[in-house]
Amino acid sequence: MSDFMEKLAQLRDAKDFTALIDSIPYARLMGVEMLEDESGELLFQLPFAERNVGNTALPALHGGLIGGFLENAALLHLIWHRESLEAPKIVDFSLDYLRSGRPQTLFARCEITKQGKRVAHVLIEAWQEDRRKPVAVARAHFLLTQ
Amino acid sequence: MTPSPANPQVLETMSALFVSLPHCATLGFQYLGTEGRRPVLKVEWREDLVGNPASGTIHGGVITSLVDTTSAVSVTACLPDFETIATLDLRIDYLKAAMPGKAIYCRAECYRLASQIAFTRAVCYHDDPADPIAHGVATFMRESSRASMLQEAKP
Repeated sequence: MSDFMEKLAQLRDAKDFTALIDSIPYARLMGVEMLEDESGELLFQLPFAERNVGNTALPALHGGLIGGFLENAALLHLIWHRESLEAPKIVDFSLDYLRSGRPQTLFARCEITKQGKRVAHVLIEAWQEDRRKPVAVARAHFLLTQ
Repeated sequence: MTPSPANPQVLETMSALFVSLPHCATLGFQYLGTEGRRPVLKVEWREDLVGNPASGTIHGGVITSLVDTTSAVSVTACLPDFETIATLDLRIDYLKAAMPGKAIYCRAECYRLASQIAFTRAVCYHDDPADPIAHGVATFMRESSRASMLQEAKP
């Protein structure tokens, strides 16, 4: 267990979402926000920012940025729901782009499909105005043991 | 035999456009050139791109953007003429942790350009493409939009 994971666990227990995001430099650069909705489920959001654009003609969010946002969401979601203080390591990440990301807030929700002894499988979904019209869906495998 | 770019002007214009897009500029992507039809991009290690402050490792999301962008450039190396493309899907395998403080390079190739879809593969590495940090496979939709991506880049 690293000092970093211990700090993350403290922030998790205090539900200090802002400090949690701020502790991950690239999440902060993207402008990620994290909160708990009425039902206590984690919700990630990314308010629109010019620096996140990948197509200036449409305009649309950069596909790689959408990937980074979802990958980051999956990792934090997993850390949030785990007892262990070992940092999960991403093994692979697969992403399907369904619609272009418009210049609006992007939302993401994750679901741990399976958490085994060594590997966890996480599904991630991203949408904007309408949850029934996803912008992207992704899945990630994380290694849980060192 | 290494084939040369299908249309050098398309590659030159699109590679310059792709690395100049706001998010790529934010990450500091550099286009280093294309060998045959395989472009190489570089991103310097930077503190604000880190994903794990304990190790100083670059965030996987930066690698995702690098693979996406380099793969898109590799498609333009095969295009006979200007057209808009969009990523359809992308998979990244994280083969080993990136080293803190070191630049990451990505080399991609479009190994099949079909009439509607382009198929790409890419590797990310520090010093040697044969010793990769990550491997990425992607597909791109061709003619994804009637809106040209070039409105700003055209001379």
